[in-house]
Amino acid sequence: MKKIFQKFILGVLFFPLSALTVKAKGEVEVLHWWTSGGEAAGLAVIKDNVEKKGVTWKDMPIAGGAGTNAMTVLRSRVAAGQPPTAVQLLGFDITDWAKEGVLGDLNVIAKAGNWDTVVPQALQKFAKYEGKWISVPVNVHSTNWVWANKAIFDKLKIGPLKSWADFEKAVNKLKAAGITPIAHGGQPWQDTTVFEAIVLGLDNGVTYKKAFIDLDPAAQTSKEMVKAFERLRFVAQNLDPSFSGRDWNLATSMIINGTAGMQMMGDWAKGEFGKANKVANKDFLCFRFPGTQGLVTFNADQFAMFKVDAEKAEAQKILAEVVMDKAVQAQFNQLKGSVPARMDIGNEGFDACGVKGMKDLKEASQKNTLFGSVAHGYAVPANLKNAIFDAVTAYFNDSAKTAAQGADDLALAIKNAK
Amino acid sequence: MNLRTWLQNLLPKIIFSPSLLIVLVFIYSFMVWTAILSFTGSTVLPNYQFLGFANYVRLWSLPSWYIALKNLFLYGVCYIGGSLILGTLLAILIDQKIRLEGLFRPIFLYPMALSFMVSGTAWKWFFNPGIGLEKAMQDLGFANFHFDWIINADRAIYIIAIVAVWQSSGFVMAIFLAGIRGISEEVIKAAKIDGANIFQIYWRVILPQMAPALVSAVIILSHLAIKNYDLVIALTNAGPGNATEVPATFMYSYTFARTQMGVGSASAIIMLMTIASILIPYLYSQVREKH
Repeated sequence: MKKIFQKFILGVLFFPLSALTVKAKGEVEVLHWWTSGGEAAGLAVIKDNVEKKGVTWKDMPIAGGAGTNAMTVLRSRVAAGQPPTAVQLLGFDITDWAKEGVLGDLNVIAKAGNWDTVVPQALQKFAKYEGKWISVPVNVHSTNWVWANKAIFDKLKIGPLKSWADFEKAVNKLKAAGITPIAHGGQPWQDTTVFEAIVLGLDNGVTYKKAFIDLDPAAQTSKEMVKAFERLRFVAQNLDPSFSGRDWNLATSMIINGTAGMQMMGDWAKGEFGKANKVANKDFLCFRFPGTQGLVTFNADQFAMFKVDAEKAEAQKILAEVVMDKAVQAQFNQLKGSVPARMDIGNEGFDACGVKGMKDLKEASQKNTLFGSVAHGYAVPANLKNAIFDAVTAYFNDSAKTAAQGADDLALAIKNAK
Repeated sequence: MNLRTWLQNLLPKIIFSPSLLIVLVFIYSFMVWTAILSFTGSTVLPNYQFLGFANYVRLWSLPSWYIALKNLFLYGVCYIGGSLILGTLLAILIDQKIRLEGLFRPIFLYPMALSFMVSGTAWKWFFNPGIGLEKAMQDLGFANFHFDWIINADRAIYIIAIVAVWQSSGFVMAIFLAGIRGISEEVIKAAKIDGANIFQIYWRVILPQMAPALVSAVIILSHLAIKNYDLVIALTNAGPGNATEVPATFMYSYTFARTQMGVGSASAIIMLMTIASILIPYLYSQVREKH
């Protein structure tokens, strides 16, 4: 109490001074949809550091719709000629906006900060457009994780799941023990998150790359792809009855509560375990989806920098530098459950899953097995992404469809959306 | 004409002009804009690269558009038919000079006052097999009771119709009740004297005179059916999969989530034309009746 009072007095004393510096450095307006626990905590790190440098932070949170609502606001702001300073964006959405010619040019800071060498190549493809840095990546999430309840796995003596056969065995054991084997939320992006992990695990990512990155129609209907759909059916058959429409974090809480065995979800799920005071490798397990060790499908949050007036440019520059700051990225990612977008940050302070995530990312980046995630807009643009959602989710929810039909529908949907 | 009468004549026009202007700008101009966008290659933002009918061709080649139309048809038939039948029955029952009519009328009308978002969310929980009706019945000992339509891709659209009927039949009841009460007692008395029973009175005498009420109800229900968006979002979010996609959710998803504003606008125009094809003949007949 006394401390707060002291702070208050100090604040009053120094108010005119801080007001002056604010005026000198300007303000940044940041549009984002990070409103849930871990996300908001991570964002606060960036905000505090920006404010420390004398820049005012104007927060513009637009919750809901997995960013769709935020995009609608962004559209109207850009159309009115008043874009925010920075916008939290994903993958091909950044490219889409760059094509409209509304993003800025960060090459000067990028060169000074040596971004070209510290950011993985696969990410640069999205953070740069026509040779210019247009956005600042703050983290890398990988989506091919499995989260499991350790107590249940120990009790049923389920060992590490290295192959699909191990996975099937584990599911059957869980089922026999009367536990829902897989916690899942029936939403198109979640269905596709599971599906992309299955495809990635088929053959070390060969089919994944051909079908979803190179968009080769032959790979989309190949024997391997049919196999992936068969495996997806196995997953769909081992859920609880009320999975439809469930949010991902509710599925995660099924793992936390021990009503389900495992969940396939990106590493933002770790934030939920953290909030419930669960510890990695003690209360829950994190491992790569069977067959995908050494491979990573990623989803990276970035701050796309919009073209702003000269008076706002200084503040924008400071924001960009703060987001790329080593200490900020380390702290941010420990809170959000992801790993830093910079590859030159030590793993001190990260939990077991975070350390593994950083190691896997480095390995995948070196081996060229770091692929953009389909479900999160890093493999294909929004129109194709949603076409893939349509095909995958229609198959997932219709048990009468055969795997071959699923693959044909997938190829057709991609062809139609092109 | 002196100034006073001139002003008096002008006053209604002055009072109406702001709202007229607002309607012109915010409804009709945006309709025109949407129509223009539907002929362009707009993606993330509007642009004016003219593509002719390409977006319409594209629209009619998309499987999910056909799903949306099929669902609109199924939903429309069940919703309009169900609301009319239930609403008429309720109106006839209330018409029996029952006690506490003033209590029952608002009870049946009340669902209409709820937003579709609220009723959709409540019914979603009710129909959820893991926590709702199915679980309750099984806990009561009916182990074989199954009702999982909301997660069944072939049945989910009927769930939406059921909830919409629940919400709208009270409204249809109100319209029909007003219509029934508007029929002169003389006619009914005459029928009674001729020996008609209560069933015959309703079937032969009262209902045939309900045509105006029926037309109003059908018009209002069908445009509600075509615009249906919030109920689908709240109940199933167009799922499971995309099994309950309707034109309105299709339009929103293509315009705002899939960066295909051109195709989205084309679907909006098709919806507008569908509504217009119902409303314009009706408005035309109304205008003609008056003159």
